[in-house]
Amino acid sequence: MATIQSIAGENEPHPDVALVERVRAGDVSAFDELVRKYERQVFRIAQHITQNREDAEDVMQDAFLKAYEKLEQFQGNSKFYTWLVRIAVNESLMRLRRRRTGRMVSIDEDVETEEGSVPRDLADWAPDPEQNYTQSELAEILRKTIQGLPPGFRVVFALRDVEGLSTEETAETLGLSIPAVKSRLLRARLQLRERLSRYFKRKTGSATVGAEK
Amino acid sequence: MTCSEFLAMLDDMIDDEVTANMRADLEEHLRGCEHCEVTLSTTRKTIQIYRSHEIYEMPASLRERLHKAIMSKCKKGC
Repeated sequence: MATIQSIAGENEPHPDVALVERVRAGDVSAFDELVRKYERQVFRIAQHITQNREDAEDVMQDAFLKAYEKLEQFQGNSKFYTWLVRIAVNESLMRLRRRRTGRMVSIDEDVETEEGSVPRDLADWAPDPEQNYTQSELAEILRKTIQGLPPGFRVVFALRDVEGLSTEETAETLGLSIPAVKSRLLRARLQLRERLSRYFKRKTGSATVGAEK
Repeated sequence: MTCSEFLAMLDDMIDDEVTANMRADLEEHLRGCEHCEVTLSTTRKTIQIYRSHEIYEMPASLRERLHKAIMSKCKKGC
């Protein structure tokens, strides 16, 4: 599901470059190709950040339209996909702020939370624990679990682990330092793990493992 | 290696960004620490589950709407 751009050879331009050139030359069908290629990713990222279906739909539309309008400003030194993701992240944050007027929403602030920094639930999970749930139950569990993360953690996890961006690309897209991305990713992963343990741990014979050394 | 030191390297281990020496140290710690072994395997599983399940399905109507919006922009712009 995660789309990691194919690694082209050093001298071989990424296939998106040709599509972008065609759009610039007035070929709208090339932009349609870019839309089809990345629409799911953009929609997922918008959902992850806004946590609202309607907002995510608007973000997706606005992000692609903005990308279309600003294509002249796109410089080939970054990938089209990461450039597009940056637009989608900014649009999503704007929506989120609008919904949460009066509440600070920023991905820049470092969220002070101890949760997840030290794993507490140490019970092992059942083998293939997701098979104990139907697809729709599982999707609901995964949605509910990730919704509980602070937006700044959620977006880092979504970009790095769901969409497959590199640490560097995630940092560039979010305007964060690499250490900030790494620290949030670790806490996001541990918090999600901790929360999913409620659903996935072994039902029987799950002795609690000894405390941290 | 303590559990805290292991935890600090957890992401690098998961993302396979550790040197051979460091990996050997981490693996040695894992052999004697069930706690960290479970943390590692369940964190890996967490990532894998999120990566392999579509939790936000894009409605088909949205593509149509977007396509129309782009076309109308284009008529104005090109």
